[in-house]
Amino acid sequence: MSGSNSSLERHEGIGARVPRRELKRLLSGHGRYLDDIKLPRMLHVCFVRSPHPHARLRGIDTEAARQASGVAAVFTARDLNPLCEPFVGVALHRPGHRSPPQPLLVEERAVWQGQPVVAVIAESRAEAEDAAELVAIEWEELPAAADHEQALGSGIAIHPELGDNVAFDYALEKGEPAKAFAEADLVIAEELRFERQLAMTLECRGLIADFDPSEGALTVIHSHQSPFQMQDVFSRHLKIPEHKVRVIAPDIGGGFGMKLNLYTDEVAVAVASMLLGRPVKFSVDRLESFLSDAHARDHHIKARIALKKTGEIIAMEVDDVGAVGAYGMPMRFNVAEGMMTITVAGAPYSFGNYKARTRSVYVNKNLVGMYRGVGMPLACVVTELLTDFAASALGIDTVEFKRRNYWPKASLPCVTTGGQRLETVSFHECLEKLVDLMDYEGLRKEQQRLRAQGVFRGIGIATFVEQTAYGPPYYGPSGAPISTQDGCTLRLEPSGAVRCITSLTDQGQGTLTAIAQIVADSVGVSAADVAVMGGDSAISTYGGGAWASRGTAIGGEAALKAGAMLKRNIVALAAAITQTPPEALDITGGNVIRSQSGQAVISLAEVGRIGYFRQDTLPADFDVQLSVTCSQAANDKLYYMANGVQASYVEIDCETGFIKLLGQWAVDDCGRVINPLLVDEQVRGGVVQGIGSVLYEECIYSDDGNLLNGTMADYLVPMADEMPDIQVAHVETLEASTRLGAKGIGEAGLIGAMGAVWVSVNDALKPLGAKILHQPFTPERVLDALARAAAQRSCSR
Amino acid sequence: MPEAERDLAGLEEIEIEATINGQRVKRRVKARQHLADFLRQELELTGTHLGCEHGICGACTVLVDNRSVRGCLTLAAQIAGRTVETIEGLSASGKIADLQQAFIERNAAQCGFCSSGMLLTAYELVSLGEAVTRSEIREFLSGNMCRCTGYHAIADAVAAVIDARGQKSAGRA
Amino acid sequence: MKARNFRYIKPDSLTHAYRILEADAEAVPVAGGQSLLAALNMRLSAPKLLVDIGDLTELATSAHSDREIRLGALTRHCELLRSDLIRRKLPLLSLAAAHIGHVAIRNRGTLAGSLAYADPAAELPACSVALGATLVLGSLAGEREVKAEDFFKGLFETDLRKGELIVAVKFPVPATQTAVAFAELARRHGDFALVGLAAVATLEQDRIAAARLVYLGCVDRAKLATSVAASVAGLRVPIADTAAFAATIGEDISPDDMPGLRASTRLHMATVLTRRVLNALPAGRPAG
Repeated sequence: MSGSNSSLERHEGIGARVPRRELKRLLSGHGRYLDDIKLPRMLHVCFVRSPHPHARLRGIDTEAARQASGVAAVFTARDLNPLCEPFVGVALHRPGHRSPPQPLLVEERAVWQGQPVVAVIAESRAEAEDAAELVAIEWEELPAAADHEQALGSGIAIHPELGDNVAFDYALEKGEPAKAFAEADLVIAEELRFERQLAMTLECRGLIADFDPSEGALTVIHSHQSPFQMQDVFSRHLKIPEHKVRVIAPDIGGGFGMKLNLYTDEVAVAVASMLLGRPVKFSVDRLESFLSDAHARDHHIKARIALKKTGEIIAMEVDDVGAVGAYGMPMRFNVAEGMMTITVAGAPYSFGNYKARTRSVYVNKNLVGMYRGVGMPLACVVTELLTDFAASALGIDTVEFKRRNYWPKASLPCVTTGGQRLETVSFHECLEKLVDLMDYEGLRKEQQRLRAQGVFRGIGIATFVEQTAYGPPYYGPSGAPISTQDGCTLRLEPSGAVRCITSLTDQGQGTLTAIAQIVADSVGVSAADVAVMGGDSAISTYGGGAWASRGTAIGGEAALKAGAMLKRNIVALAAAITQTPPEALDITGGNVIRSQSGQAVISLAEVGRIGYFRQDTLPADFDVQLSVTCSQAANDKLYYMANGVQASYVEIDCETGFIKLLGQWAVDDCGRVINPLLVDEQVRGGVVQGIGSVLYEECIYSDDGNLLNGTMADYLVPMADEMPDIQVAHVETLEASTRLGAKGIGEAGLIGAMGAVWVSVNDALKPLGAKILHQPFTPERVLDALARAAAQRSCSR
Repeated sequence: MPEAERDLAGLEEIEIEATINGQRVKRRVKARQHLADFLRQELELTGTHLGCEHGICGACTVLVDNRSVRGCLTLAAQIAGRTVETIEGLSASGKIADLQQAFIERNAAQCGFCSSGMLLTAYELVSLGEAVTRSEIREFLSGNMCRCTGYHAIADAVAAVIDARGQKSAGRA
Repeated sequence: MKARNFRYIKPDSLTHAYRILEADAEAVPVAGGQSLLAALNMRLSAPKLLVDIGDLTELATSAHSDREIRLGALTRHCELLRSDLIRRKLPLLSLAAAHIGHVAIRNRGTLAGSLAYADPAAELPACSVALGATLVLGSLAGEREVKAEDFFKGLFETDLRKGELIVAVKFPVPATQTAVAFAELARRHGDFALVGLAAVATLEQDRIAAARLVYLGCVDRAKLATSVAASVAGLRVPIADTAAFAATIGEDISPDDMPGLRASTRLHMATVLTRRVLNALPAGRPAG
């Protein structure tokens, strides 16, 4: 390792802006992503998928495909399905949650457009695609329940055995909401729609399944956020002993939750490999990804709030319906978006009366799964839009309104009406910091001045909470074998450097660098002398991986513990070598030192040399342990609650409906900031995804369930020219229950941005009496909103 | 096939010679194979990535005769007699060292999947030797999709390099 | 996706190219390939033979005189942005080219490719009609000339005959009082235009004496918008509203509904854009 003086002098531990070491590799073309990897005798798969949202499978003719050049096999349901335990995406702790089992390949009936039917395996992807075109399938089209209205009202039962298309129906009530609404001075009620979206990672999904028939062992190189989840899945569903399954995550080109889900097409690839005894690669094609990647959002929400004329919120009500696709998502239950929407709504504000309901509805569409923020962005939008409208109606400045309604510091810890536990949150501090950062007063003045000139700008402020780093109480009762522990193995190398194996994965967040910083601080070496690897289910502790903003908070805590343990062991050895009391020693800068004087006593390299090669010089009963392993799980913690607030400044071209983004500001409290460079950029990336959600992204379907915009030219994600600069600042309120004090940050950017942009666009429209409540805010939807307002004005004359 | 017929019929496989990252390369390529697949599969230069294969995302951007092009919208056959530079070549030659350093310092890359294409496009911009505004930087990069960074740090990095090379950028460093 | 199998041939000369295209009905020429290769990768089309004309010097010859600028078929979009001559004499092309895709697309895409493909949302077909250009078409039978305004016949349909290639495009150098303007509405820079307008006008002071207006994005082909042009003749810019042509614009453009955008919305956007483009004309007078 480097050991250079400059790196020892520069503070590289917790809190430092340390550049990510993996960037040197990734920026020089040395990344090794799934599709870059070749194994000997590897084959390639291409799936033939249902072109229809709902159709009966009458017959498949694979003869021509089998004969095609380069084809090794053509598999249908008959070949693969019997070898896999069915997947049932039901959360056990949600009574009434229902899902039929989901087959690997279509058996009798396809229930979503894109559902895989035939797996064609050939020497190359091109040949597999050629052969796939030769597969002849006879379909009998059936009427489709393409959206939740059709699903609830049309009488089309997607799964007849369930009776109707309601996967889950859950209600909660706190206090006396009916009374509060009846007594309110003001009620604001709105209906919001959030169209279906995609995560659109730049690298599509993929895996290489490599079954070794001689050992009965399965190795999967998998572009997946949780190798442990998949190790469990492959083992349990394919009946391979768990210790003979190994899942390795290579470099991954973006996850955002999409690569956390369970995909039957991926499991089908593993079965294919088992049948063929050869590695099989599945590299999802972009066109295919629109139909097969787990989707997100697709909600219809009716919400209202009740207030006193002083501006005090007294009640809230939310009625949510989510169209979750054709099946329950196994492991990563798609009821979560609805549940989080209704339980997180209203969270920053203290009021005692709440009523909410969420229904998850099956539709003939691809499955909804996990995507950054899950239901929390919807909760933020609903809450912040309605409160902003309320503040306007009452003539109260929106910032002042928030100051009055936030949970007072003195009331923490508390539980919100939706059941959210707020402990170390910082609503007021974040708000004040934001007001300062964005020059709120200045922008309001500018907005007023320009309104008088017919230029319509909007300012939106959105407060949010973010559940991060879910613990055992969150998944345990669900029955899903998802572990929320993570761990860290540390080994002192003979040279004095430290090797770290973490159970975490990194899809670009920089988690591995943060771990290096934590290890460096806790052991007493330079971060540059810590090598970190992760993402291999066979070599680290058992763990979770990356999702729900958990890596640094949980894996980092494990690294901290492991570092302290390694330090103790190194100090014990150094004490024995130098005949010094261990309590008098410490480690810093790669040397064991006397704590009091700071004088170096022995280098780590020398400790390593003796500990590994010259144990003969040590006392006979001295036990050298220069390798340690620790895990971390917070047994009783549902999550670490983080919070933040964002602002958006926009201008609307009222003639064309186009929206220009003038600025974005984010103040975030994720507890201890391990690396501000990584945190800022996570926030920025999330912000732009949030902007994409509000302004650009939607899966557009025909009335009968055909996806109409399944290409990169037609599904719009933000590109550089339209995006604003984003200012980020931090507040650090440490998580009280851990030594590290870090919470998660991965989703905050998206959650707050969705709220802020929804509010700012509507703020711009206020003088025109217009509202826009249907995301994404396409130019047409903006123009329609303006036209509705103009029509209302002329009616009222 | 008689010469007269071959003269009109074309072939499914073509012999090409090209200079790739400074090295003369001679290969038989399938007519249908695009340049990005040729680089990745035949030459095992996997630093050029595929994000869409319909020319929108920019992940496959490489230099052909010193101009940025989409590797997926160029046939391997079309590089016959030309010079091609990929991220590996530009990196080894040091031509993008300042860009790489600027990206690293600002965390202008997260998953790294867009970065090869982003760096090549940025290289073309800084090589123009012109003064550009921050807005012009964003416009130049508008054909390279990044899903992780939100573009702010990338614009910062490119602006810093342009400034450092003495071409004023009026952008934030 | 990976393209289907096809044969590839690189002709030695323009005549060789003509012979190939004449002999094989399924042969498709490729130059920049920015539209064609995307379609092949998506398996939207399946030509059996690609004829690579991208290096034929006969198609890359440009020339200019005081009265006319002749651009070779293989003029790349990026040249329209970089060429000093084009920026001075045919600024409409430079203005429009900035909206074509992105840098990497512009480095490869060609003028003739864009005109032959005739995408109704493309910039260059509209500009060539607005500028009164003439296309030079060649085949084994020889060369013929077709005015741009007669070349675009329908949706993705042109006057190109089997075995023919666009050899060059001739642009008359506009007279001194000619002003140009171009604008398009697209969701993101470089996206296909929802609506766009290329305008070439003779201005007397601030009065529009005559205008050649060609819409893109809300039409099935590039054609002169004669009704709107007639409605605005004689008007002084800046125009305050759209009254002059709001009624007649429907005669010139008839957009279709598309997913997420109704025809009526597009018509509205085109009306707004018309006013903005006309008002940009005074600034679009040539510098000299």
